[in-house]
Amino acid sequence: MLLNYLPVLLMSGFAAFMAGMILYVSSILSPHHPYREKLTAWECGMEPVGDADTGHFRVHFFIIAILFILFDVETLFLLPWAVVIADKSISLLAYIEMFIFIGVLAVGLVYAWAKGALDWI
Amino acid sequence: MIFGLRDVMAVIPEAIVAGAACLLLLVDFLIAKKRKIIVAALSIAAVAAAAFFSLYLVGTDVMWKKVFAGMFVVDGFSTFFKFVLYLATVLSMMLSFHYVKEEDINTGEYYTLMLFSLSGMMIAASASDLLSIYVAVELMSIPVYVLVGFLQKDARSNEAAMKYVILGAFSSGVLLYGISFIYGITGTTELSAVAGALADPSMHTPALSIAIIMLVAGFGFKIAGVPFHMWAPDAYEGAPTPITGFMSAGPKAAACAAVLRVFTEGLQPAYSRWVVIVAIVAVLSLVYGNIVAIAQKNIKRMLAYSSIGHVGYALLGLVAGGTEGASSVMYYMAVYAFMNLGAFSIIIMMRKGEQKGEMIEDYTGLAKTRGGMALLMLIFMFSLAGLPPTAGFIGKFYIFMALIHKGMVGLAVIAVLMSAVGAYFYIRIVMLMYMKDPVNPVETASSRGLYYALAIAAAGTILLGVYPGYFIKLAQMAGGSL
Repeated sequence: MLLNYLPVLLMSGFAAFMAGMILYVSSILSPHHPYREKLTAWECGMEPVGDADTGHFRVHFFIIAILFILFDVETLFLLPWAVVIADKSISLLAYIEMFIFIGVLAVGLVYAWAKGALDWI
Repeated sequence: MIFGLRDVMAVIPEAIVAGAACLLLLVDFLIAKKRKIIVAALSIAAVAAAAFFSLYLVGTDVMWKKVFAGMFVVDGFSTFFKFVLYLATVLSMMLSFHYVKEEDINTGEYYTLMLFSLSGMMIAASASDLLSIYVAVELMSIPVYVLVGFLQKDARSNEAAMKYVILGAFSSGVLLYGISFIYGITGTTELSAVAGALADPSMHTPALSIAIIMLVAGFGFKIAGVPFHMWAPDAYEGAPTPITGFMSAGPKAAACAAVLRVFTEGLQPAYSRWVVIVAIVAVLSLVYGNIVAIAQKNIKRMLAYSSIGHVGYALLGLVAGGTEGASSVMYYMAVYAFMNLGAFSIIIMMRKGEQKGEMIEDYTGLAKTRGGMALLMLIFMFSLAGLPPTAGFIGKFYIFMALIHKGMVGLAVIAVLMSAVGAYFYIRIVMLMYMKDPVNPVETASSRGLYYALAIAAAGTILLGVYPGYFIKLAQMAGGSL
């Protein structure tokens, strides 16, 4: 029973291994010449003053973040749907249902777009 | 899993309201700011269409049977509540025409958010599965969070929205936790199946008590019963006044409908377990709401505490249980929608230009300058206090009778005493209006929407008071379906 989950364990082990390897290999292979100017933030421009959490932040980030989460989560719903739609007995209904769902999403997208939530500046 | 035409038919009213809200969100872009009343008119038309279909469904075979695999049911109970909700929404929209111009929040979203909230409320009245109830309660609350904070330049409104959204999210978590306990104990979330599983006494474990406490706390927040009421006074005071009226009549009635269905359908076999907890919340709400209201100077805040008190009466109906208890709550919610929205329309009338009209002393001597308005306020205040021949009296009387028939005389005595306490602060306003001379000149707003809303609210308050027989029979027929 527990053996059924072996592929999951293997997969997560492989992913951790890959991540570690990529970091390690790139640290060996990449050129490494630190100097003072290069270590300052952004390498160029103004010297940063104060902390980021007390400084000015574009409020716009928050709308982008909310929209991202909304559409991301809703895209997730498409995955289980794509799995079950192969079942002939519910395929037509599921198809129609998903189009209603996407229609509601589209209304939200059009609204956000027309309100200028997607324009930067 | 498969559903057919009957299932789709059952949700036509909800689909109309939700679809109209989506459409109006886009139509709104085509309408100039000065003409946002068109969005309001279209919203009211959508509610009317939904009401028409709700009425149409009454005669068809869609009624009384659960659809969507037990998630949803159209029965007399839900239809009765839906009409209360339609009424509350339409009246609140009519109250808003003038107010949104006065406060410069004249946007189309204002009305579409109310429609979205209405669709959630309708589903909450009809949902027969703990999960669909949860989703519906969220759908009804989230637009209201936004509406409460609609006065963006007013710090009180921002604070109110912040408090409401944080405590609302917290209470949703508690509610969900309770639902997960019920699922863990019974293996189902569908209410009649929950009742079936709980019929076995071996199910009555301590975990069930925890689940019940969680459910009472979660729903307690939504209906603002003590000790889960702390968001209510601030949210009621800070929100735009029509939204305060809307919150107290719409979402509250819908949450009461969900509470009634969960406790009298799903948890009926565990009646002896929850009745004490619900009775405690009811008595605390009665005592706290009515006594703290006396000390208030702001009329919106006073009505917030009064609405906490009124939740106490509604919960007493639930405690009484049975058809009589359920139908007394239903009748009370209908009465409350009329009289409370009536009182709020008077408050909105007082809002003009620089004059906020939110302080109780603003009403001093109103009878001398605005006789008609004072008379209407008198009717609503008498009704809220529960004096005959207004609707509030019949509503309270019916709840007390349900309690006495169940032998709960003690609770009935407490409720009567507290309504005597409540009468003090309602009648104080009447006294200020009639017995004192005006201090400052008052200005009042004139708007056709306000006049119509006032006329409907006053007519309802009087009609349900002098001729209650027909409506009580309706409530009994509808309540019998639980």
